Amino acid sequence: MSGALLLLADGRFPAGGHAHSGGAEAAVKAGLVHDADGLAAFLTGRLHTTGLTAAGLAAAAAGGFDPAGLDEAADARTPSPALRATSRRLGRQLLRAARVCWPDPVLDGLAAAYPGGAHQSVVLGLAARAAALAPADAALAAAHESVNGPATACTRLLGLDPYQVVAVLARLAPELDLVAEAATRAAAEAVRRQDAQPLPAASAPLLDLFAERHNAWKVRLFAS
Amino acid sequence: MAGALTVPAPPAAPAARIVAALDGREDQITVLPVLSGAGPLALRRLRAGQRTGPAEVALVGAMAAPLGGDRIAVSVRVEAGARLRVTSVAATVSLPGPQPGPAWYDVELAVAAGAVLEWLPEPVVAAAGSHLLLTTRITLDAGARLRYREEQILGRRHDWTVHGVPGRLTSRLTVRQAGRLILDQQTDLGPGAPGWDGPAVLAGHRAAGQLLTVGLPCTAPSEECAALLALPGTDAHLLVAVAPDGLALRRLLTGPL
Amino acid sequence: MHRDHPTDEFGTPRVTVLSSGRRRALRIGLGGPVGSGKTATVAALCRALRAELSLAVVTNDIYTTEDAEFLLRHAVLPPERITAVETGCCPHTAIRDDISANLEAVEDLEAAVGPLDLVLLESGGDNLTATFSRGLVDAQIFVIDVAGGDKIPRKGGPGVSGSDLLVINKTDLAPLVGADLAVMARDAKAQRGELPTLFCSLVDPDGVAPIAGWVRERLARWRAH
Ligand SMILES: Nc1nc2c(ncn2[C@@H]2O[C@H](COP(=O)(O)OP(=O)(O)OP(=O)(O)O)[C@@H](O)[C@H]2O)c(=O)[nH]1
Ligand SMILES: [Mg+2]
Repeated sequence: MSGALLLLADGRFPAGGHAHSGGAEAAVKAGLVHDADGLAAFLTGRLHTTGLTAAGLAAAAAGGFDPAGLDEAADARTPSPALRATSRRLGRQLLRAARVCWPDPVLDGLAAAYPGGAHQSVVLGLAARAAALAPADAALAAAHESVNGPATACTRLLGLDPYQVVAVLARLAPELDLVAEAATRAAAEAVRRQDAQPLPAASAPLLDLFAERHNAWKVRLFAS
Repeated sequence: MAGALTVPAPPAAPAARIVAALDGREDQITVLPVLSGAGPLALRRLRAGQRTGPAEVALVGAMAAPLGGDRIAVSVRVEAGARLRVTSVAATVSLPGPQPGPAWYDVELAVAAGAVLEWLPEPVVAAAGSHLLLTTRITLDAGARLRYREEQILGRRHDWTVHGVPGRLTSRLTVRQAGRLILDQQTDLGPGAPGWDGPAVLAGHRAAGQLLTVGLPCTAPSEECAALLALPGTDAHLLVAVAPDGLALRRLLTGPL
Repeated sequence: MHRDHPTDEFGTPRVTVLSSGRRRALRIGLGGPVGSGKTATVAALCRALRAELSLAVVTNDIYTTEDAEFLLRHAVLPPERITAVETGCCPHTAIRDDISANLEAVEDLEAAVGPLDLVLLESGGDNLTATFSRGLVDAQIFVIDVAGGDKIPRKGGPGVSGSDLLVINKTDLAPLVGADLAVMARDAKAQRGELPTLFCSLVDPDGVAPIAGWVRERLARWRAH
């Protein structure tokens, strides 16, 4: 079923991600990322924090964990109101595309229950499930999304050599696999216990600060 | 790698315990029916005999704790209407133990309706070679009020000058309000935590902290390296900050005096 | 480019009815190069049509909300009828390849201030190849100006050759920049065949009238359908 996974994880999948930088725009503006090495360090931190957390939520959703419980877990794992709003907006946009690609009453129910949008990672997991993908696929797609978006954003923001940027992503790929595996294991445990506690809750102080700071800017290239 | 994914549940350790309650006979006076130290943690009552304001207890690290391998636990319950403030007499310095391996520190705080808990200990400092797994679970009934401060300092000056690295602090904070999960957050800082020093996590800052306020006044910071986050629950705010050192962090969390 | 068929080119029915059973608003996109007069057209259309139609506007700015603020400042519509979408460096992506944010903005407007007759969507100023997806708009206007040089219609591109209406704006500047309107008209005709082209100057008091007339006609067709 890897065809559906490639589609879901493709940066061109029309789910709104292109307008978001995942904190990269604020990190660039703060002078903390200006070259490929800085990008690699940024992506490593993001992958192992919000990437891991999103991967766990996505895998749990794909594994059949109650979406309402996951929505609460995602809210609690996202203390920044700006990031909660972004996650729900992107969740809503992703759901729109997923319902057309993989019609499923569960997705319809999610849209009805969360008119303002469910969290992106939860939608991703349920979309994967609707596409008959496994929790591990959902985790991988979420982990990939957590680094792919900011990498593309940095290509645009910094005019980085695109070959260097994809090379950074390629070097990160083995870690991406590990993060997805860890998230999948934790999600299986959460599903077994019907308790979100085992799901990763990894966070990064600066990503929260960046999100709030960026949200207050009047002039910016990316929505987040 | 994704090693510190979830903090492994520490084997049960006897916990230092505090229970604060309203004096049954004299309203508005908080008494401490339970106040018992355990392991390296001693508890000292401050302002005893005072008839106004909250009851106050200081945590005293009776030994240099925690060392790798230690298991420390504190459990606090504030009963309906009572007011308690907990501080500590000094920073908690996490040190490597005789054998490699982490130390565990478990904090369990429960606050009932109409009660107030102020949890304002001195920072936790991670010395080179140490790894502390800090787990804090806070349970708030509807109408419970809270001020909870947590400060994490990566290394003493000595750790940086001699070893060039601090220790590692893995901290998970879980907060429930009236049964609803409103905050579940893990930070993993220090050598071994991927990306911890990079531009997404600390970017060279050596101190990180937060002040969680529920049902009590709080002010938004003006500095760039701090932000006041409205949590999903009712009147719950998290002031988060990063700073070059502990002093600067305390200033950010205390606000303009 | 867009015909009023109930199905698209793949035979998929186009959703034109809201869940409430009401026919949704006609959506018209305005694209074109930076500074050609898209916002000026939107503002003038709002002033010309707001008395007779229920209107809303979605702007797509590249890195500010300048266009939305211009419209707010000039009070062409009440603020709740104007929404800005952020496009992350890629204005054409937001109107063509990934239209989700714009669709959501339109639907939110319709839910908040509806029922609406007409929604105008302004693209961020972009290049000559940037056009709207038919999943987003029912018709599109491509706005160019004479100041860009009288060569633009000859250069063609999807906006010039395929838009439902080509507007060549700022004719008042033609003598100043040495643009030959006859050449532009001839080239536009060659690129567009039967599709309409309008010359206008929005600094003229009633300069938007021909465009407003075209919009009214589209709306009549949309309603009759
Ligand atoms: N002389 C003249 N100036 C005009 C005309 N129409 C618009 N302008 C001016 O051209 C400038 C750009 O117009 P806008 O409407 O902001 O152009 P736009 O296409 O929305 O620009 P972007 O959104 O930045 O791509 C403004 O200063 C307008 O006042 C016109 O017919 N004649
Ligand atoms: Mg404009």
